[in-house]
Order: sequence, then structure tokens, then C-alpha cells
Amino acid sequence: MNKVGLYIHVPFCLSKCPYCDFYSVRYETELAKSYAIAVKKNIALYKDVKFDSIYFGGGTPILLWREICDILSDISDKIVDGAEITAEANPCCTDREALSSLKAAGLNRVSFGLQSSVDRELKALGRRHDAFTGEKAVELAYSVGIKNISADIMLGIPEQTPNSAAETVRRFTSLPLTHISAYMLKIEPNTPFAKQKLSLPDEDGYADIYLETVRLLEENGFDQYEISNFAKSGGECRHNLKYWRCEQYIGVGPAAHSYFGGKRFAVPNDLEKFIKCFPQQTRVTDGQPGGFEEYMMLKLRLSEGVDLDKVQAVYSVAKRDIERKLKELPNDLYRYENGTVALTPKGFLVSNAVIGILTDIT
Amino acid sequence: MSDNDYLSKIRNFCIIAHIDHGKSTLADRILELTQTVEKRDMEEQLLDDMELERERGITIKARAVRLKYTADDGEDYIFNLIDTPGHVDFNYEVSRSLNACEGAVLVVDASQGIEAQTLANTYLAIDQDLEVMPVINKIDLPSAHPDEVKEEIENVIGIPADDAPLISAKMGINIKAVLEDVVNKIPPPVGNCSAPLKALIFDSYYDSYKGVIVHVRIKEGTIHVGDRIRMMATDAEFTVTELGYMGATQLLNTDTLLAGEVGYIAASIKSIGDTKVGDTVTSAERPAEQPLAGYRNVNPMVFSGIYPADGAKYADLREALEKLRLNDASLSFEPETSIALGFGFRCGFLGLLHMEIIQERLEREYNLDLVTTAPSVVYKITKTDGSVCYIDNPTNYPDPSEIEVAEEPIVKANIYAPADYVGNIMELCQQRRGTFKDMKYLDQTRVELHYDLPLNEIVYDFFDSLKSRTKGYASYDYEISGFVPSKLVKLDILLNGEIVDALSFIVHADSAYPRARKIAEKLKDNIPRQLFEVPVQAAVGGKIIARETVKAMRKDVLAKCYGGDITRKKKLLEKQKEGKKRMRKLGSVEVPQEAFMAVLKLDE
Repeated sequence: MNKVGLYIHVPFCLSKCPYCDFYSVRYETELAKSYAIAVKKNIALYKDVKFDSIYFGGGTPILLWREICDILSDISDKIVDGAEITAEANPCCTDREALSSLKAAGLNRVSFGLQSSVDRELKALGRRHDAFTGEKAVELAYSVGIKNISADIMLGIPEQTPNSAAETVRRFTSLPLTHISAYMLKIEPNTPFAKQKLSLPDEDGYADIYLETVRLLEENGFDQYEISNFAKSGGECRHNLKYWRCEQYIGVGPAAHSYFGGKRFAVPNDLEKFIKCFPQQTRVTDGQPGGFEEYMMLKLRLSEGVDLDKVQAVYSVAKRDIERKLKELPNDLYRYENGTVALTPKGFLVSNAVIGILTDIT
Repeated sequence: MSDNDYLSKIRNFCIIAHIDHGKSTLADRILELTQTVEKRDMEEQLLDDMELERERGITIKARAVRLKYTADDGEDYIFNLIDTPGHVDFNYEVSRSLNACEGAVLVVDASQGIEAQTLANTYLAIDQDLEVMPVINKIDLPSAHPDEVKEEIENVIGIPADDAPLISAKMGINIKAVLEDVVNKIPPPVGNCSAPLKALIFDSYYDSYKGVIVHVRIKEGTIHVGDRIRMMATDAEFTVTELGYMGATQLLNTDTLLAGEVGYIAASIKSIGDTKVGDTVTSAERPAEQPLAGYRNVNPMVFSGIYPADGAKYADLREALEKLRLNDASLSFEPETSIALGFGFRCGFLGLLHMEIIQERLEREYNLDLVTTAPSVVYKITKTDGSVCYIDNPTNYPDPSEIEVAEEPIVKANIYAPADYVGNIMELCQQRRGTFKDMKYLDQTRVELHYDLPLNEIVYDFFDSLKSRTKGYASYDYEISGFVPSKLVKLDILLNGEIVDALSFIVHADSAYPRARKIAEKLKDNIPRQLFEVPVQAAVGGKIIARETVKAMRKDVLAKCYGGDITRKKKLLEKQKEGKKRMRKLGSVEVPQEAFMAVLKLDE
């Protein structure tokens, strides 16, 4: 029996944040019900798999907590014991009823889009909650018995300084969290942010904020295990690790991505089509995944790094060729111990360039 | 039919005009009016059929067209309209085209008046005894002041302009008056059909089926299909396979071309080098004693290294250059090697515009990515051992200890501008090491300045600077006048401590410091951040005289992974790799192509 991850994209929001280019539509009760039916039918198609991680991403999955409970009970026979089951949540859409119902349905991890503990920054991001509401939501989840809680921090918010970012880290690390994701704000085309003149940190500003955040998180017991992810011991997100470790996952819902059966494929960004067409339509995004470059690209995002002996064995790329390339890099960007290369926080910051050099083997 | 009968019905003429004064538009109107081209076939600027010509609105290669015009006197006339390039780089081609004509229509913009290039070409025409016939164009513009322009023509050029037709080529106003003037004012050609053949080559191009097609004006004699012909400058001999006239949209075959006529010759000629513009075609059996006067070899004055951005495309670049040379005998190239750039070609051009055009044609028509090094002029070096050499590549510049005298080419430059800008122009010329000769008032508001300027100071961006300091009103032309001794030094550029040979250039000792500082700044701005800090230095003879630093890259990361969309990440990395291919790796430093050209544009 195949143990795989399951990603369910829940494309509903109350309103759209101005920096967000993820696929979502305005929440409507009837639409949400039809959507959930389609999700269940599509998951049922996969006969010979069991899920050891399930991730409800969005959108704002918590809006559909009733549907999520229903889906989880519907597919319970496919879920292995001890599976990690996560839903993303926004503080202002979260209440005790939702959280305890989800907990009862098997949910054991929640990821809050807190972003910052500075109200001015939350406002700049167009978030619907303030810092106080955010902290209350985390405490509420903890009090209903969900012990595995993650929060997002946004780095590079307009007007953010290393000091204000540090303030957020200090507040977050005093909450009952097991995991923190610290993402750098990227201005995506076709978002309202792309059209505004924002006062954003420059390259050096971003770098300073990032490095200081990494340092503070580590100091407070959140170890970096990926470019943007930090966890207390044992709190790493097993579902996300599948992405970086080239393991299989099935995506259900519009805009969901899959890596399954030797291919990477995606469902179109179209909720109506997803509800109407069964099985869900997909388009192959990569017919030949799993090459050397992909492996390096993904594994070098992790603090555990890449074992060059394994690379040599699996991809027939000589260890000494990569070692030669390593010498082209400034030595504060990586560690190389016992045949394993791993990037330092400084290295993570320029990982595109580093990966480009390390995979440029001719 | 006696000789004079057919000759009296021919008019060979060209149009002289400054860029944008409406030469090509007037040519279009004439084609329309003589119904040489049906209106439905009419495209704007029909004679400029190279894509680049249309975009830049300039004529690069001369072209000729045969027209039939029924004049007011009821007679049919044959007009040969010979189009000429307007830019100073192509001066020699202009003078050859003029030589094929008896008259010139001088088009002057009714609002801007006479410009340098107009004047230079008009003098060329007068020197060759052409009848110059002024026409005042753009009279439909609100800013037109035709009376003052007429006065200017009379004062400056010294030809009567009182009854010059006032026209608007754009609106089609009064074009017929121009044609009538051509009939009545421009003399018919003279020539003896039975004399030994003398035909002037004023243009040529390569046709993949017929070989080189030469455009000629028959000065003396007659040529028939099947004749054995000889090129008097190159002594190459061929048998004529085809003769004809140049229609506006197609070639029109004929069996013979007579003295006075303009037409083309095809003779299975393989190399355009055998058919040099300005050369005389004669009969191999009954050759003329003397060639027509005025032929000279055109020597390239500006040199630059052209390299494929992707070293594997070297052979493609060679092929493209060879093909371009088929149509452009003034382009020269030979292989060279650069430590920084690998294998490429040292190319010689008539001037900077010529260089830019060749570069653009290579990139567009042959789909090549190029790296072009800073243009250099030719330096004459007398070494301490008495030997003399000419250096067109800074890399080969001898060590100062071996140099007895270094000389650089000097030009006589004529600058025309409204009097208000004299101060700005003088300041610019001084900065460019110019020597003031004299200044003349053309009329109350316009002046003509004469300067001696080193060619190396004007090949980069002189014209752009001149334009920007005179709100676009100044124009200039120049001719090479010789070599003069000069204090020259070789400026080397170092990236990460290593000399990049392709960035070295020769500069006057007094300009070395400011030049070095500016170039270091420019390079800093044009080289993207790398994983290492990159020092950018400029040095003369091993001594560092300027330094900048490209800071180390600090952020280049795809932070978020959304719902496992790995493919997007992979594509972004692939795109990044593609982008890197457009960079040249110099030592350990990635340098984008733009950096090589950016160092040239210093006056910003």
C-alpha cells in the first residue's frame, strides 16, 4: 500500500489580501457544499493509497470547517494511524466550535496566517485581524487540545524594520507554537500590490531582516529546517517535507498540484470546472520529474542538505565535480561535512544562484 | 535616331536632403505621380526596402529607379531617380551616386532650414558640376518660413532659390512643379554611343540567382548582352548575362544600354569585391584608355571586435558576416581572439552608424546574440626601432617603452547650429580636445563652426552629445584629414583583479582619469551582483587610477512553496540559467552584454 500525502486546495476567502496570487473566490455556502462533494468523489478515485499526511490549504480552509469534518469522516478508512492532518486558518474566522469540531474529526495541526504582531504591518498587508485577535486564536486552538500549531510570519512588509520583525518573533515565540514559517513578501504580478508604489526594503534590507529573524528564532528554540520553516524539536511539518524530499502527494481541488505516478500535474484554477467535471481535470506540468537538478533544487532548501554520495549513486553525477563547484562559492554560504552539503542562512538567501552553480555540471 | 534625340529625353538626378527633411516621401510622391507604382502597391518610403531603413527612417544603400513622365510640353521623358544615403558615414557612396547624375533636387525643410549634411552633399554636387535645383518642403507646417529659407539658400549655398517650388511631399502639394523643373532645369546627359565603353558603378548588391548585380550609369559607349566586360580597378572580366533598367518594384530587361542611360548589369559575378562602387566598367575587347575619375578605395575608420555571445555560434557569425559583405563592400572583417571573449572577428566600419547597422542586421536578420567591444580608431605608431605600425585593436597596443611617436587620426568637422548654442558647442568640442579653426555666420541666427577633432573623440557619442546640447538643432559632418602626434595611453579595465582585454581602449593621457572613473562607475551599474564582491578597477600601465565595487549578492531566493508547485520553481531556475547564457564569464565574473556597450555612452 502506497503511503502518500494529500493536499486539498480550499479556494474560498471572505476577501482577497492585496499581495496574494493564490487561487480563491468569494465564499458562498452553496458553492462550498458542491465543492466538498466533488472533493470527496475525487479522493475516492484513489483506491490503493493511504494518506499519512493531509493538508487543507487555501484560500481560507477554516471557513469550510463543517465540510472539512465531513470530508475527513468520509475518507477515514484511507487515513493511517498517526497521520498529520493540518488546516490553514485565519484568526478572525476561527472560533471554539470550529476548532473543537475539527479536533474531534481528527485534525491535529493548525496553521495560522498571523503574519505579524505589529498592527500597522497587518493593516499594510490588508489582513482582517489585529495582533491581539491573532494571539487569542492560537491560545484558543491550544485550549481545545490542538497541540501542534504553526504561525506564518511575513518578512519584508512595507515599512517593516529589523526591529519590528524582531518584535513579532519575540511575541510569537512566547505563544504555544511548535512551528513557524517565515516567508519573504514577494510582489506577484497581477496583484493589487504590484500596482502600488510600496516602500519595501531593498536587497540588503531583506537580507538583514531575514538573517536577524533566523537568529532570533533559533535563539528561542525554533530550529531552521528549511529556507522559510522553523520548528521546535519534532514539530517539523511532515506534509511540507514531502515536497522537499521528492515524495509523492496527491492534490485535489482547483489549483492543487500533485506528484504521483511519476508525473507532476496540476488542476486548473477554475472552481466551476472542478465541480462540474469528474474526475477533476489535470494538466501535466512535468512529465519527467525527479532529475538531478530537481533533486538538488529541493534538497538544498533543507537544513539536512544533500548527501553527495547518494547523488553520485542515483544520478551518476560525480561527487568531485560538485566538490569542485563548491569551491567557487564563498565559504560562508554552505557547510560541507561527511559528504553532505547544506546551506547556511546566508546561503539560503542566495540559493537560486548557488543551485545554479552547483547544478551547472557539464 | 541620332544620339541627341534619345539623350534629350533623359534626366538623371538625385535628391539631396537632411535626415527627416522628406527625401523619401518626395520620392514616393514622384513615383505615384509618374504612375511608376500603382497606388495600391504604394508603401511608404518604397525605395527604402530594408527593414532597418524603414525603422530608422534613413537610406542606407543608394537605390535607383527609372520613371516615365509626360511633361507639360507633351513629350515623354525618362527620369532616373537615384536615391542617396544621407549620413556622413556613407559620404563616399553619396559622391558616387552624384556622379551618375546631371542634376540634384535639393530638398530643404521650410521650418528648419539648411543642415550640415545638406550643405556637405550640396557642395559635393556643385563640385561635380551638377545642376542644383532647390525645393522647399513641408510648407504645410505652421512653423514654415519659406522666404527666409530661400534667402538662406541664396546666401549660404549661393544658388538662386527665388522660384524654388514650395511643396509638401507629405500632403502631395505642388509635386508636379518639381517634375517640370527637372525637365526644364536639369540638363540632359551627354555621351557618345560609339565610343569605348565607360560605365560608372554607383551601387551593387548580391542576388543569389544572378550573382552580383551592378547599378551603372553609362557615360560613354554601348553595352550589349553577351559582351565581355572588364572592371578597370580590379581587372576582373565577365560576360554580360543580363542588362536592364530598375523599375520601382521589378527589374525590366533590355538588350543594350546606351551612353547616358542608367541601368543594371548581371554577369555571373560571384564576389562583390570585384565590383567596387566608383569603379569603371569597360569592354574587354575594346577597352577605354582611362577610367572615369574619382575612384578611391574606401578604408574603414572605426574598428570593433564582434563576438558571438555563445562561443558555439562562431561559424554562424562568420557565415552571416560573409553574407553581409556580399552587399556591403565597405564592411571588413578578420578573425581575432580575445582572452575574455574567445573567438570572434575584428570588423572595420565607415563610422559608428555603419557599425550599429551591421550589428543590428546580424542580430535581427541572422538571429545572433553578439558581444561588441568598444570601437577603436586606427593609431599610427612609430616604434623606437623606426618601424611603423597601425593599431586598430587596443589589445595589440605596444608597450610605452617601445613607442617613439604615437599618432591619432584627426578630422575636419563642420558644425551647423543656431547661434544660441555656440557656447555649448564650443564647450563640448573643447572637452573632446577639439582645436577651434573658425566660425562663420550663415545668416543672422545660424552659424557654421570649424573644428579639428580627434576621430577617437567623436566615434563614441559625439553626435548624441551635440544633439542633446543644442536641443537637436545642430548637425555636423566630417572628413578625415590625417594623423597627428598625441599623448596616448592604454586604459585597462580589471574585474576581480584580472585585466579584461576586450574592455581595454586607447585614450588621451589627459582624459584618462575622468574616463577611468566614469567607466568604473558604468560597469558597477551594469554588472549584476554576484556571489562574491567584485572590484572594478581601471589602470594605466599597471597603476590603478579608479576603483568601484559591485557588492556581493545578498538575496536571490524563491521563498515560498505553494501547495507543492515544484514545476514553477523548476521553470524559474531554468529561466535563470537561460539568462546566464546571455552573460559572458570573464574569469569568475558574469558580465552582461550591455556592459560592453554601456562603457561607450559616457556623456549622460
